[in-house]
Amino acid sequence: MAVLAQIPSPLDEAGLDAAVAAALADIAASESLEALKSVRTAHTGEKSVLAQSNRLIGELPPADKAAAGKNIGPRRGAISKAIAQKQAELDQRREEQILLEETVDITLPVNARPVGARHPISAIQERIADFFIGLGWEIASGPEVEAEWFNFDALNFGPDHPARQMQDTFYVAGEKNLVLRTHTSPVQARTLLERGVPLYIAVPGKVFRTDALDATHTPVFHQVEGLAIDKGLTMANLIGTLDAFAKAMFGPDARTRLRPSFFPFTEPSAEMDLWFPQKKGGPGWIEWGGCGMVHPNVLRAAGIDPEVYQGFAFGMGIERTLMLRHEIADMRDMVEGDIRFSTQFGMEL
Amino acid sequence: MPLVVPQWLGEHVELPAGITAAELAESLVKVGIEEETIHGAAVTGPLVVGKVLAVTKEPQKNGKTINWCLVDVGPAHNTREIAGVSESDLLAADAPESGARGIVCGAHNFQAGDYVVVALPGTVLPGPFPIAARKTYGHVSDGMICSEAELGRPSGDSHGIIVLPPDFGSGSVQPGQNAIELLGLGGEVLEINITPDRGYQLSYRGIGREFALSTGATFTDPGLWGNAGGVEPGLAETHPEAPQATSDAFAVEVSDASPIHGKPGCDRFVTRIVRGINPSAPTPQWMVKRLEASGMRSISLPVDITNYVMLDLGQPIHAYDLDKVAAPIVVRRANRGGFGPGERLTTLDDVGRSLHDEDLLITDSPGGVPGARVLGLAGVMGGQSSEISDTTTVALIECAHFDPASVARTARRHKLPTEAAKRFERGVDPALPPLAAQRVVDLLVAYGGGVADPAVGDFSQLAPIEPIRLNAALPTKIVGVPYPRERVVEILEQIGARVTTAEADDLTGSDGIGFSGGPDSDTLLVWPPTWRPDLTEPVDLVEEIVRIDGYDRVPSVLAPAPGSRGLTKSQRTQRSIARALAEAGLIETLSYPFVNADNPFTEPGALRLANPLAEDRPHMRTSLLATLLETAGRNVSRGMSDFGIFEIGAVTRPSGLVELPQGAAGESGAAAPVPPGAMRPDEGTLAQIHAAVPVQPTHVAGVFVGGVAATGWWGKGETATWRHALEVVSIIANRAGVAVAFQRPAAATPKTAATSGTAGAAQAQWHPGRTAQIVALSPDGAQAVVGTAGELHPKLCATFGLPARTVAFELDLSALTSGAETAVRATPVSTYPAAKEDFAFVVPRETPAEVLAEAISSAAGELKEELRLFDIYSGEQLDQNQKSLAFSLRLRAPDRTLDPEDVRRVREAVIAQAATVSAVLRG
Repeated sequence: MAVLAQIPSPLDEAGLDAAVAAALADIAASESLEALKSVRTAHTGEKSVLAQSNRLIGELPPADKAAAGKNIGPRRGAISKAIAQKQAELDQRREEQILLEETVDITLPVNARPVGARHPISAIQERIADFFIGLGWEIASGPEVEAEWFNFDALNFGPDHPARQMQDTFYVAGEKNLVLRTHTSPVQARTLLERGVPLYIAVPGKVFRTDALDATHTPVFHQVEGLAIDKGLTMANLIGTLDAFAKAMFGPDARTRLRPSFFPFTEPSAEMDLWFPQKKGGPGWIEWGGCGMVHPNVLRAAGIDPEVYQGFAFGMGIERTLMLRHEIADMRDMVEGDIRFSTQFGMEL
Repeated sequence: MPLVVPQWLGEHVELPAGITAAELAESLVKVGIEEETIHGAAVTGPLVVGKVLAVTKEPQKNGKTINWCLVDVGPAHNTREIAGVSESDLLAADAPESGARGIVCGAHNFQAGDYVVVALPGTVLPGPFPIAARKTYGHVSDGMICSEAELGRPSGDSHGIIVLPPDFGSGSVQPGQNAIELLGLGGEVLEINITPDRGYQLSYRGIGREFALSTGATFTDPGLWGNAGGVEPGLAETHPEAPQATSDAFAVEVSDASPIHGKPGCDRFVTRIVRGINPSAPTPQWMVKRLEASGMRSISLPVDITNYVMLDLGQPIHAYDLDKVAAPIVVRRANRGGFGPGERLTTLDDVGRSLHDEDLLITDSPGGVPGARVLGLAGVMGGQSSEISDTTTVALIECAHFDPASVARTARRHKLPTEAAKRFERGVDPALPPLAAQRVVDLLVAYGGGVADPAVGDFSQLAPIEPIRLNAALPTKIVGVPYPRERVVEILEQIGARVTTAEADDLTGSDGIGFSGGPDSDTLLVWPPTWRPDLTEPVDLVEEIVRIDGYDRVPSVLAPAPGSRGLTKSQRTQRSIARALAEAGLIETLSYPFVNADNPFTEPGALRLANPLAEDRPHMRTSLLATLLETAGRNVSRGMSDFGIFEIGAVTRPSGLVELPQGAAGESGAAAPVPPGAMRPDEGTLAQIHAAVPVQPTHVAGVFVGGVAATGWWGKGETATWRHALEVVSIIANRAGVAVAFQRPAAATPKTAATSGTAGAAQAQWHPGRTAQIVALSPDGAQAVVGTAGELHPKLCATFGLPARTVAFELDLSALTSGAETAVRATPVSTYPAAKEDFAFVVPRETPAEVLAEAISSAAGELKEELRLFDIYSGEQLDQNQKSLAFSLRLRAPDRTLDPEDVRRVREAVIAQAATVSAVLRG
């Protein structure tokens, strides 16, 4: 640090300039907050050249005092400003240094708490429900242990109809005329009886057939049923609904095809095929579900006049839909409850 | 399901030349006949008959012995240039001028002189498996001697290669003869699926008709007189009309004392007799081939003929040895007409069966006692006693029509889904019996050397077919495609129906409904063809219209819906809870609802299945934890150690539970009525049905195994404790908008919904000191136990293969979300400053924190904004029987800044109130 040999007069502008220059040089040379602190003391403190020179003003003649004050003030201001600037610069540098020193390894693992997940069968049922709510339909449900009347008779399965044997039914012990529902269709009759017409409902739910579990079968699985009853609903409306549903599930290129088939509770009846571009061995049609125009006997069983009201119904397997959408090869993955399976799907499908 | 041989089908309907099975399937699927699979027994190339000239057995180092054969494969394929075979070898083998081929064969069921089937190089066997000359066992094998399996024959279950009888086929087989033609290997076979309403499709007649309807090809109905006969080789005669029944026919009596649904079990019974049959007459090869291709084995000529005619026309036929049948035949129910109880029959499959009162029987009358002896189960299976045998020379042919329901019940009861039963239960054309019987007679005469007896029996009590009244506009109304009236009539006539325009007279029938009649009437009278008993309602005809016109012609028009209320409150709440649980780190899983009664979480009286999939799991779960804990155990066994899982699903409440001796579960719930379909049951019946269905609430349950937060570089993790289970329950309650309280369960084991439903003697479920009952608090003050949460009993953890201190919860979601939807009424938020006061109280150790908290809350009154327990202390500075509870209380007024005097008053009130629960402010 430069030291001046003697204190210049407050009127000695050259001497004062030299003191300022010395101060600015010291400020510029300060490389740390500590250094700047001593520079501040040396050049602005009581013993600084300008402070001492300032004190000499009192000894000057009154006529010179104003000029002397004008000589000292701005010079002290210039030094203070330079110190403030340097202070800000060094503060900034210090903060940067501290932040740099605080650097962590951001590649460290961060998850202390597990992330949950929905089962895809539940998640897709919600998505399906959202689609039908969007169409202006409602979501209905019914019991899994069901009266035979609702599962069969109300749906036009006569007591000796071969179709009653087509499905492998779990029966409740004790001749109670109860079954584990073989399809979600009993909810058709329940809801028609409860809510009447017009009616637009979708029914996602669990159903049961006596198939042993293997890669493609499970005794407990899920279906979604659709039922629309109103005046003037046609088979064309059925196809329109299925096409919209297929697009919602499988993307804008999806389309459906109907083939004549048989179900006791629909007439005409159809198997519904889905155009599946990702089909193994090349794009093609795959079975997606059954559908048809609701049989008048189903409406009659609910006390509804089939001369006035008509409509359509359809049902498809949710597991099958999932297997197609997500290339799930083995049914067992969906039913065993292994958390690694659910975890893949996260919260939404 | 049925197999379709295209060449056979081609006898009834014009098939495009060279049609493949896939093309056939494509046409049939349009009219509702689904392809099951294509049996592609397609063999191409030089597959020929060979005569084995010489066999040299050559033992090999690997222990096998191979046969080095010289085979005469016909002049076109033989050669004298065979590697390793000299001219003298050929001479020694007595080879023809053209030579032979050298072939290595591993099978040993043949010898020199036998005729075999040889795949020469260039042949492609099913697989596809192309045949080429190849070096093997030191020879060049110039082809392959084939087995049935190698040719893709369905009957290819025998070992060894095919050895052809010298008289195989139409005459004598010749080396070099085309074996593809000889064995009928050329064509593929299409296997199809038939829907259960369309019995007529279980025949070549029906499939031919459907192919014609799909493609417009010409169909010649073999079920019509005039077309019948003259189809098979050697049968020239056609029959322009049915033979008249004669008075000397074999006597048949039908006596149905107990018809099912009021329908007689048998409404037609045609008999014919053929005499002088040569018992050793072989079945012609073309018929054997067709039967085999259709999945049936050849048995004997008479049996083969009945099967053949059944496959062709769809009419099941039974042939009896007339010498073993005593007139009259009586068709009656079992154990009726003075017989039984306890009647029995040994059926053709050699099974002795005790007969059910509902079984319809064919019986005869030995000793002049009508109906004394049971011959067979009508329409299902015959008995052994009257069976055609290899000595039968006189055959009695039965072509009958039986009630579908009766046959279906008998077939099911005796587990006999025979070809005949399959057809009868789906509906057989009742007009067929005389024609089918004539076909059998003609074939037995032509191929069995028999003579047709002039006696013709035809018992017939067919109900007349009633016309269906169809409004010609109905198809358009249902389908949404304009079908002109002419198109409707055209299609109905194509399917074989008779259609007339309803006249006024036709329409004021018994039901008195007034139709407008006349030639321009909108109403058509439609008589379905005899083979379509499934057509009973106008909508059945609508399906025929759209099916034949084409499903692909129906446009896609999205239906406008009237708008909905969206998801219900309980649907939204369930979603919200599921999402909250997943956000809280739990993973959703699903499990089957089947449990064993031994499961500690299965309540007594759990619903039992009559036919469970697994005998050790016959019950429906009464609790989700019963199966969720198994899921948790499965995950542990697969190496997962720290996880939380949850399930939302239904449980089945035990219904009509009664205590029976020895703790046996009672099943006293009333049976559900099963009123007829197609009409609304009365209110009382509906109420009974609803009441019989068990209550099935939706539950939510969860399990935490191991840690809820991992130990890591950040520090120590956190193990799941009872607190986590209760915390999740409180999240659920919050999402459901229901206030809940946690209560210590009563000492006695509770049995209520979703709680620990153990029988007294059963294994404990929960840790007795670390478990809470969840009580829902209604705004009206009502309380209901809705679940349990806490730590599982250590023994139970071991039972399920779970680590000690596993925690869990289960709640009745239905109970939690059943309340009416009520809108929250907002309280204004005060912006005045808060005051905070901390207290530490010393209380007896057993005092629940909740008791002191309530005392503090009540003392703080309306100024209380939040009360929080922030510390619990017990230790050196306190008595052993004491603990200290430290609370932080935040006070705020809605309308002013609190002054020190307010705070002082509250503090004093709190201390005074705390004293009433033996709490002393800690000094």
